Amino acid sequence: MSLERKIRSFLKGPRKGETFELKAGLVSQYKGERKDAIQRVIQAMTVGKDVSSLFPDVLKNIATYDLEQKKLVYLYLMNYAKTHPELCILAVNTFVQDTEDPNPLIRALAIRTMGCIRVARMVDYMEIPLSRTLKDDNPYVRKTAALCVAKLFDLNPEMCVEFGFLDQLKELVKDSNPMVVANSLNALYEIRDMNTDQSLKVFTVNEQIIKNLLLCLNECTEWGRITILTTLNEYETTNVEEANHIIERVTPQLQHVNPSVVLSSIRAIIHHIDTIPVTAQRTSILKKLSAPLVSLVSSSIPEAQYVGLKNIRIILEKYPQILSKELRVFFIKYSDPLYLKLEKLEIMVRLANDSNSALLLGELKEYAMEFEPSLVAKAIKSIGSVAIKLAGSTVKSINLLINLIDQRGGDLIINESIVVFTNILRRYPGKNDLNSLVIPVISNHIQDMDRNDALSGYIWLLGEYPKYFSNLHDKLQVLIDDFLEYDSVLQLNILTTVVKINLASSKGTQYSGLLQKVLELSTKDCENADVRDKAYIYWRLLSSSSTKSQKDIILTKLPPIKTTIATFNPVVLEALVDELSTLSSVYHKPAFTFIDKSAYSRLPVDKRTKTSSKENIEDLTNLAKQEIINNSKNENLLDFDDDEDGATESLGSGAGSLLDELNDLFTTPAPAIQHSGDQPASSNNDILSLFNAVPQSTPQSVNSVTQGVSEYSIGSKTNSNNNNKVNNDLLDLF
Amino acid sequence: MASQIHFLDIKGKPLLSRDYKGDIPSNTIEKFPLLLLDLENSMDEGDFKPLINHQGINYVFINHNNLYLCALTRKNENIMAIIVFLSKLIEVLTQYFKSLEEESIRDNFVIIYELLDEMMDYGVPQTTDTKILKEYITQDYYKLIRSTPSHLVQPPNAVTNAVSWRKDGIVYKKNEAFLDVVESINMLINASGQVLNSEILGEVKIKSHLSGMPDLRLGLNDKGIFSSTSDMEEGAAEQPSNAKGIEMEDIKFHQCVRLSKFENERIITFIPPDGEFTLMSYRLSSAQFLMKPLILVNCKTKTHKHSRIEILCSVRAQIKKKSTANNVEVIIPIPDDADTPKFTPEYGTVKWIPEKSCVIWKLKTFPGGKQFHMRAELGLPAVIDNDDILSKKPIKVNFSIPYFTTSGIQVRYLRINEPKLQYQSYPWVRYITQSGDDYTIRTK
Repeated sequence: MSLERKIRSFLKGPRKGETFELKAGLVSQYKGERKDAIQRVIQAMTVGKDVSSLFPDVLKNIATYDLEQKKLVYLYLMNYAKTHPELCILAVNTFVQDTEDPNPLIRALAIRTMGCIRVARMVDYMEIPLSRTLKDDNPYVRKTAALCVAKLFDLNPEMCVEFGFLDQLKELVKDSNPMVVANSLNALYEIRDMNTDQSLKVFTVNEQIIKNLLLCLNECTEWGRITILTTLNEYETTNVEEANHIIERVTPQLQHVNPSVVLSSIRAIIHHIDTIPVTAQRTSILKKLSAPLVSLVSSSIPEAQYVGLKNIRIILEKYPQILSKELRVFFIKYSDPLYLKLEKLEIMVRLANDSNSALLLGELKEYAMEFEPSLVAKAIKSIGSVAIKLAGSTVKSINLLINLIDQRGGDLIINESIVVFTNILRRYPGKNDLNSLVIPVISNHIQDMDRNDALSGYIWLLGEYPKYFSNLHDKLQVLIDDFLEYDSVLQLNILTTVVKINLASSKGTQYSGLLQKVLELSTKDCENADVRDKAYIYWRLLSSSSTKSQKDIILTKLPPIKTTIATFNPVVLEALVDELSTLSSVYHKPAFTFIDKSAYSRLPVDKRTKTSSKENIEDLTNLAKQEIINNSKNENLLDFDDDEDGATESLGSGAGSLLDELNDLFTTPAPAIQHSGDQPASSNNDILSLFNAVPQSTPQSVNSVTQGVSEYSIGSKTNSNNNNKVNNDLLDLF
Repeated sequence: MASQIHFLDIKGKPLLSRDYKGDIPSNTIEKFPLLLLDLENSMDEGDFKPLINHQGINYVFINHNNLYLCALTRKNENIMAIIVFLSKLIEVLTQYFKSLEEESIRDNFVIIYELLDEMMDYGVPQTTDTKILKEYITQDYYKLIRSTPSHLVQPPNAVTNAVSWRKDGIVYKKNEAFLDVVESINMLINASGQVLNSEILGEVKIKSHLSGMPDLRLGLNDKGIFSSTSDMEEGAAEQPSNAKGIEMEDIKFHQCVRLSKFENERIITFIPPDGEFTLMSYRLSSAQFLMKPLILVNCKTKTHKHSRIEILCSVRAQIKKKSTANNVEVIIPIPDDADTPKFTPEYGTVKWIPEKSCVIWKLKTFPGGKQFHMRAELGLPAVIDNDDILSKKPIKVNFSIPYFTTSGIQVRYLRINEPKLQYQSYPWVRYITQSGDDYTIRTK
C-alpha cells in the first residue's frame, strides 16, 4: 500500500524530525542558534540517542572562540570519533592550532581531547603538539600532556617509544610541580600495565626517585599523594635507614582527612615495616596505626566504611594486637546499613579477649534481639565464636543462648543456637558440666529444629553423648521412621549415630532392632549411593571384623575444632596485605584470581576503517533488528483491520518479491559510501540475511520490515549525502 | 583508576555517562540494572555490597538521593580512592547545584561534563576542590563571555600550585576569622541508663575573611598536641596517659595544614582557603573515658495489647546549671498502627508523626540540672496480625548546647600573620556541643 511512498520518502531523506532540525541548527548562520543546536545534540547523546549522523555538521563548529562551545564539540568528537574515523582528520588542524593558543586552558583541552580520539590516523598528527605541550611552561598543560603520553601508548606503543615520549615522561617524574609528578607516575603505571613488549623497560623506581617523591608528598593534592604512596608500596628496600625515612615521611599522612590517603599510607607503612630490625620500634609504629584504622570506620560514607572494615579484617589477621583496645568503636549503630552491621560483627569477634568478653557478649545479645534475620543469625554465630575462642566465657555464652531461646524463641534462634551448641561441644569434648547444661535444652526443642545443619548437629550429639539423652530409644525411633524423607546428609548422620550407639552400649540388644532397620532402609530403599555405600561398609564391618577394630574405626573421636572464625591461608594473607585498599582487599581474593589478564593488555584500536565500518554496520543491523521487533509489536495492533484479508497471502509470497526490491534499493546508495571500500557488498549481505531470517520467523511483519529498512536507510542515506556535502563544507572551513 | 563514570537513577538506568579510557564497551552499563536487581534480591542475606564483579568488570557504586554513581574498572584498582572520588564528585556537584538529583543532572548536563573533564582525566582524579573549580568552571557562561573575551579564562594558578586551595589577591576591607569548635556527641545508652559507647566527634571550622596569603597558627589546650606523644624515641615504652589534659586521638587535618610540621613540632600552622572550611576534626572515644549522658532520657512504655499504649518519659539535662540546651528533641518510636494520641507534657510540645511512627517531644530551651516529664497515650487497633515483629527502634535525642565543649578543648590563640600586608585582624571563637547522628537510647 504505502510501501512505494515510503521508499520514495526514504530516498529523499527526512525533511522533518529532530535530526533534521538539529542539522539545520548546526549550519545556521547565527552563532547563538548553532551553539544551542550543539547543546541539544549533546543532550540527545546523553540520553542515549544516536546522533552520530550529525558528525560532519558538528565538526564544522569546532573553530570557535567560545570555550564552552569548543568543549561541547570536543566532547562530541570523543564520543563519535569511531563512527567517522576519516572525518576526524579534518579536526586535526584545529587541535594543532589550539595547542599553540595563548590560553593554557585551551592548550590543555586540545591535547587532552586529542588523546581521547581513539582513531589510528590521529596518532600521526599527535607528535608535534604532544612534544610541545610536554615542555609547556604552564604546569596545568604539562600535567595534562603527561597523561596524554599514556593515551598515545595505548593507540600506538611503537611510535610512543620511537619518538621518545616515554623518555620524556620519565623526565617529568622529576618535574618541579607535584601535580605533574603525580600524573607522570600515573601515566607510567598505565603504560606499564599495557606494555606487552618484554624488552621494554617502562619504569623502575630507584632511590633517587623515592627521595624526590617523599619531598613532593606534602605538597601534592590528595590524589597525588595516593599515587606517591602507591609507588612507595611498590618500592623494595633493604636499607634500614631508608625504610625508616619512608615511614617517617608517610606517618603524618595518617592524619589526612581523605580516608583513601589514610589507607594508602597504612599500606605503605606496613609494606616497609618488616625492613626495620628492632621489634620495639616496629611495635611503636604499629601502635600509631590503630587510631587511623579506627577513623576509617567513622567516615561519613558507608561504602568507604565497608571498604575500611574489610581492610581492617586483613590487617587484624596479620597484626592481631593492633586494635585490641578499640572494641567499642565497632559497636553497631542502629542506622548502619545491614552490610556494615554484619561486617562489624566479623571484626568484633576477632577482637574478643578475656578482658572485653563480658561487654562483647552483652552487646551480641542485643543484636540477637534485633529483627533483621541475617543479623540475628550472625550474632548467635558470633556468640558461639566467642565461646570457642575464649574458654573462660564458654559457660556464660551458653547461658546467654539458653536465655535467648527462652525469652525470644523462634525457629531461627533455636536452629542457629543448636548449631552453635554442637560446635561448642566439639571444641570442649567430654566436659561433663557443659554437656549437662546444653543437652537438656536441645532435647526440649527437637520439634522446632527444621534445618539440616541443626538436625545433623543434634543427631551427632545423640551418637556422641547418648547417656545424656532421656528416652534415647524413642528419639532414634522417630528419626528412623522418617529416615527416607530426610536429606542424604542427615541419613548419613543417622546411620553413623545408630551404629555408634549400638556399638557403644554394652548390651547392644536394646538397639539392635533399630540398627537392623536402619541398615535395611539405607541399603534397600535409599536411593543415594553414598548412603548405601556407607551402610554396606558398616554392615560388613560389623559382621566380620573383631570388636576392637570395629570400635577403633567407628568410635574414633573427631578432633576438637579450634575456632569458627574464618582465617586466610598464609599465602593469601601475604598477597592481601600487599594489595590493601584495592578491590582484592574487599573481595578477600588476591588479584590474579578475579582480574582478567587481558584487562592489562592494550586494546585493539581500529587500525583500518574496515573494521570500524563493519562495527558500524553491525550496530545498525542491531538497531534495525530492534526496530523491527518493536514495530511488529506496534503495527500488528494497528494494522489489525487493514490486513485482515490480505495479510496471510501477501506474507508468504510478498516477502520474497519485496526482498528483491529492497535488494535493488540497497545497491543504489552503496557506491556512494566511499569510505567503506569493498565493504558495502558484504554489509548489504549482512542486512539481507537479516531480512531473510526475519520474514520467516514473523511473516506478518511485512510492513514492519519496510519500516525497519527505511530506518536503516535513513542512516546510510545521510551518510552518503553527508560525504558529498561534508567534504565540500569542510573544505570550505579549512 | 576508573574507566567509566555513570550517573544512574534508582533503577539503574543511565542518566549521564563519561568514558575515560575506552577499555570497556560502552553498553556494559546496561547490565547494571539487572545486576542491581540480583543484588537487591540477595540483600536479605546481607550480601549487599557497594561493588559487583561481573564478567571481569567491576562496578563500584555509591548511593545518593535516589541516584547511583557508578565507576567501572577492569583492573585491581584502589577501591577506597574510587569511592572517595565518587563521594567527592557528589560533594562538588551538590555545591554547584544546591542539590544533586535526577532533575539537576538533566538540567545541568553541560556543566557536569565539563566538571567530569576537569576532575578526572584518563581515569586519574585531578582537581576535586570546589572552590578552585568554581574559579574556572562557572555556570554563568554568558556573563563571563561578555565581560571578558574567553581568552582570559585561565586555569587558576592554584590548580597546580603547592597551595592549591587559595588564589592570590584576595582583599577584604575588614580582616576577620571566625572559629567554631563544634563537638558532636554520639552515645549509646541502654534501657537502664548505662552508657555503652560514647564518642565525641569534634570539628574546628573556620570562616576566613582574610586578605592576601595569611599564615595562621592555632593554639589549643590539648595535651595530645602539646606534650609530645610522638613515641618514636620512647620505643615500646607504655606512656602513662596523663589524666589532666585532653588527649585527642585520630586528628584529621584539612589539606592546608602542614602535616609534617604538626608531626614534628606539634604546631598547627596553615594558609587557610578563603571562606568556610573544616580545619581539623578529632575524635575522643570512650576507650579514654565514659561520659555520663548529657541529656538523660528515661522512658517507660506500657503496652496494653489491643487497646492502647502508655508512654511515660522523663528528661534530665545533666549539664552545668549555667548552661542551657537548645532545641532538644526526644524522638520516641511507637508502633506503626498506633492512633488517637493524647499528650500531657510538663513542658514543651509533643507531636505525633505517623509516617515515621514516632512522637517527637520538643523542648525549646532546657536549663541545666532541670528535669521534665511527659505522658503520652495512644490507641492501638483491636485487631492485630500475629506478626509480633520486635521493633527495637531506639529513642533518639537531638540537642545543642552553646558556649560549651564536652571535651573541654579551648582555643588558646589564633595568630594571623600576612607577611606582605601586615594588617590588623580579628579572630572570633564560638563553642558548641550538639548531638551527633547517633545519640540513642535503647528501649527494652
